[in-house]
Amino acid sequence: MRRLLLKNLVHGPLTEAAPAPDEAAMAELAARVEQTARRRLGRTLAIREVDAGSCNGCELEIHALGNVLYDLERFGLRFVASPRHADVLLVTGPVTRNMREALERTYQATPDPKWVVAAGTCARGSGVFAGSPACVEGGVAAVVPVDLYIPGCPPPPLELLKGLLALLESVSLS
Amino acid sequence: MNWPHSTIDREAWQATAARLRAGELSLLGLWGEPGVVHMAVLRGATSECSLLSLACESGRYPSIGLLHPPAQRLERAVRDLHGLEPEGLADARPWLRHGGPYPFLSAEGESLHQIPVGPVHAGIIEPGHFRFHASGETVVRLESRLGYVHRGIEALMAGAAVERAAELAGRVSGDSTVAFALAYAQAVETALAVQAPLRAVWLRAVMAELERLANHLGDIGAVCNDAALAVMHAQCGWLREQVLRAAQACFGHRLMMDRVIPGGVRADITADGARLLSGLLALVREEFPDLVDVYDNTASLKDRTVGTGVLSPALALQFAAGGFVGRASGRHFDARRTPGYAPYDELAFEVPVVQAGDVNARVWIRIREVEQSLALIEAMLSRLPTGPVHVPLAPPSGAAREGSALVEGFRGDILAWVRIGAGGVIERCHLRDPSWFQWPLLEAAIEGNIVADFPLCNKSFNCSYAGHDL
Repeated sequence: MRRLLLKNLVHGPLTEAAPAPDEAAMAELAARVEQTARRRLGRTLAIREVDAGSCNGCELEIHALGNVLYDLERFGLRFVASPRHADVLLVTGPVTRNMREALERTYQATPDPKWVVAAGTCARGSGVFAGSPACVEGGVAAVVPVDLYIPGCPPPPLELLKGLLALLESVSLS
Repeated sequence: MNWPHSTIDREAWQATAARLRAGELSLLGLWGEPGVVHMAVLRGATSECSLLSLACESGRYPSIGLLHPPAQRLERAVRDLHGLEPEGLADARPWLRHGGPYPFLSAEGESLHQIPVGPVHAGIIEPGHFRFHASGETVVRLESRLGYVHRGIEALMAGAAVERAAELAGRVSGDSTVAFALAYAQAVETALAVQAPLRAVWLRAVMAELERLANHLGDIGAVCNDAALAVMHAQCGWLREQVLRAAQACFGHRLMMDRVIPGGVRADITADGARLLSGLLALVREEFPDLVDVYDNTASLKDRTVGTGVLSPALALQFAAGGFVGRASGRHFDARRTPGYAPYDELAFEVPVVQAGDVNARVWIRIREVEQSLALIEAMLSRLPTGPVHVPLAPPSGAAREGSALVEGFRGDILAWVRIGAGGVIERCHLRDPSWFQWPLLEAAIEGNIVADFPLCNKSFNCSYAGHDL
């Protein structure tokens, strides 16, 4: 253990430089974020992740955001355990019929102001599961209002990060 | 290789249930389609796989689960999806079809309380519900309720073209996308009597081992994290990321989704791919032993993992538990060995097995498998055959044809069975995740442990929700 810690101390941080916020996402968000909300939140957002029927591919990449290379928390973005602590719901998957109620209730449990980010092709309702009788037609937006889409199957961590940074920028601009 | 497939009568079906109960056979899968129920079994002594089908008169068939509990949830799923009734199965509750109240199994005793957890969990994980009955801190009974991520994959596959169904197969469980795509591709190739080119077969195995490596590294870190040793999580997460980046550079996708397709692989490894992978192997070999050392020599960590969540070898055997769950509880089974498939028949590797069955054992199996995967990737890179990486598939003429495959994913053996009709359209496809036989064992392993150790036990099993729910 001591050897490992010493090595890491000498090596320095592995964390990589931050990407620029996604411009398209910035434009998408500009109209949606109000001044009042910006004042209230400052430069930090608490995110609650909801898997609404994903294959788990999106979750793996969202997990990767927390590793030492992307280090999401340095931006003031952190994942929280309860929707009651969250500003943002990060939703993945096509929304299965069996997850519809849970997603609705999670949304209702999230205090205002709140945003919904739909990550992955499925969440847009256009993934491989489109047309399935076991899934809600139209993806996440058919169940809760979506503020931002992050495309990809699954979206790589860097794309997720750019999207979330765009949200943070839009929220904290004043 | 095509598995023998026989259509049997009710008596023979019931006799099979008795042989499963006696342990002569292991259950590989049980699935349905309108009016027919199918079963795949593995013969204990010879490791020979075979398929059995029974026509269900007036939509009923004798329950296997009545005698052999591992079949119970499969039968409940068949009832939900195809309306076939397992005669004699006491459990009338739906499984994949939700809606309406769901009475959980009860526990009786003084001062017991219930803890409902999920479907939306505290961490970034898949949805499922766990119902604990606890006496103080001790778990008296755990029952899981799954099906929240049921996306209707098999229904979408029926009537789809082979290529479209391949995309679906790759999204049954994102962490096992290579293994599922491989199992599906092998089954389709068997059905259509097509042989994937040699180079493609080897490249597939390279991808499958990379997938195993990435998942095991992630799991080892995550188990340690659940025991509050964050430094292991950080180190393993970093190594896992290096594997994913190498996969991106070599095959064009971090998780290698849609890379394995029926007939071969989508694209050859990039020109400098072999060099990149050699660099990755060197890096993991350099860093991993230090992490193993930390795991092995941190008493506070071992205190959490040793003796926690013990799964008995008898249960692992009864449920034919695959992967690290089975191998950590003495079940010596690896689909790469038996029934086996190319190129593993030409490669030397060890299948680690221990008896202890606790969280620690499941971590050690992963550690040993990381080492085996590193050696396998190195051996494959040094012997990678030349030639094309894809052959076109000819749609079958005449009668429908079927194929099966058993592929070792990182969690265990994945069963794929497919029937292809005229014009190359999938008539019916079934993909069985190893988690079907591991979820019930988690419930057994947690009994008598404290509630706070559940995340640790759960992570050491790391069963798939998406793969199970389909």
